[in-house]
Amino acid sequence: MSGFKNPTRDPLALRVALTLLAVGFVGLLLVLPLVIVFKEAFADGVGKAWEAIIEPDSLSAVKVSLLAAAIAVPLNTLFGISAAWAVAKHDFRGKTFLVTLIDLPFSVSPVVSGLVYVLIFGMQGWFGPTLADHDIHVLFALPGIVLATMFVTFPFVARELIPLMVDQGRDEEEAATSLGASGFSTFWRVTLPNIKWGLLYAVLLCNARALGEFGAVSVVSGHIRGQTNTMPLHVELLYNNYDYVGAFAVAALLALLALLTLIFKTILEWRYADELAAMLRR
Amino acid sequence: MSLIIDSVSKRFARFPALNGVSLTAPQGAFLALVGPSGSGKTTLLRILGGLEEADSGQVRFADMNWLSMPARERKAGFVFQQYALFKHMTVAQNIAFGLEVRPRATRPSRSEIRDRVAELLKLVQLDDLGKRYPSQLSGGQRQRVALARALAIEPRMLLLDEPFGALDAKVRKELRIWLRHIHDQAGVTSIFVTHDQEEAFAMADLVAVMNLGKIEQYGAPADVRRDPRTKFVSDFLSA
Repeated sequence: MSGFKNPTRDPLALRVALTLLAVGFVGLLLVLPLVIVFKEAFADGVGKAWEAIIEPDSLSAVKVSLLAAAIAVPLNTLFGISAAWAVAKHDFRGKTFLVTLIDLPFSVSPVVSGLVYVLIFGMQGWFGPTLADHDIHVLFALPGIVLATMFVTFPFVARELIPLMVDQGRDEEEAATSLGASGFSTFWRVTLPNIKWGLLYAVLLCNARALGEFGAVSVVSGHIRGQTNTMPLHVELLYNNYDYVGAFAVAALLALLALLTLIFKTILEWRYADELAAMLRR
Repeated sequence: MSLIIDSVSKRFARFPALNGVSLTAPQGAFLALVGPSGSGKTTLLRILGGLEEADSGQVRFADMNWLSMPARERKAGFVFQQYALFKHMTVAQNIAFGLEVRPRATRPSRSEIRDRVAELLKLVQLDDLGKRYPSQLSGGQRQRVALARALAIEPRMLLLDEPFGALDAKVRKELRIWLRHIHDQAGVTSIFVTHDQEEAFAMADLVAVMNLGKIEQYGAPADVRRDPRTKFVSDFLSA
């Protein structure tokens, strides 16, 4: 272990200390909370936790959350791909402004963005009275929840894809054009296959965040039990009513959904390891 | 049936890239654009390929108003400096690309495409590598795939941007002879960009020496060498 033999190796004590620090951090900040969620959920046994989940209000919250994510994630994927494609493969006026705008939801507090929708669609807001006249409900209904979720998760896909697509440059697209491919054909056969792994990762992140969003949705949802409560909102409601098993059971389900997406991603990476390696090599 | 470039100009945001470039070349010529970096040779090539738009000027090629045609209708086979092969496709799929993307009416059948790809693989001496991915090939092999891909569309014009730029000296010399041979066989008009004057003069029928967005001298290699018209050309040739 002397420094002479291994000039690139740090002293043993330093290595042990740094490793412990890293493992300690991960354990304390990531693993421990997850373990506690499941432990609390099963505090009164698996039966009780299961009952808390199949209770109608909880099921409704699961349904609202999944529905909102099922609408918001595909739309954001579509917007994200087009935005990244425009920014990375083309030059136009106001490009920097567009990139800043895409980042906006990351810098604005979710609660503020929720309030903005209240100002726009609320009864005292710009469009509220008109919408009410036509019996269209945005606030305290699914459309409001979807809008708030979309706003908060808007940057995920574009943010992941822009650096990736900028890094890949325009060479392959130019080659495709010179070989006679149309714009759509170029996108479908060349651009999309090159970004598919980054895209998958972005969609999974976007989905996880969409399911977990609390602040913005909390403002626009109205917390109507069994109607407009999402899973995170339902967790809060149960917790505030001292129903700890219920709260942690729904929280555990939410965590499980997140874990499932991660497992799904890992399986895909394992299944396509060769292709991934070939793509990463240049 | 010739190539006529008439006072083509192009300005980028900060600097002029081409200042009224004109030249004429007969059909089937092998033309080299040679000059230091920033002389505008690549810009001219990209304008001919439709990857860049000229601000002013005209190009007629085989009696077509060349610059008014969209890039994808020009059938200009472009070979890029970094090859720009499609990383996620096999060599065979790369070569077939230009045929696969044709509209249904003009697209060859599956078996015709397969035969054409096999033929081209043979031409570029990569017969057994059709199923490989570009990342599994050497630089010289990638270069040949890029050329086969460009030839697959039966190009009217072959545009080569520093095609040997990333290769070592020995491979360059071999590919030179081979590329010239392919050009003669295919009977296309080829335009070849290089900063290496020795390469340009060894391969081309006609050489255009460029500097600062202008053509300093244009003619047959022997004539240019014998009688350099400007100080820049004589300096460039002796460098």
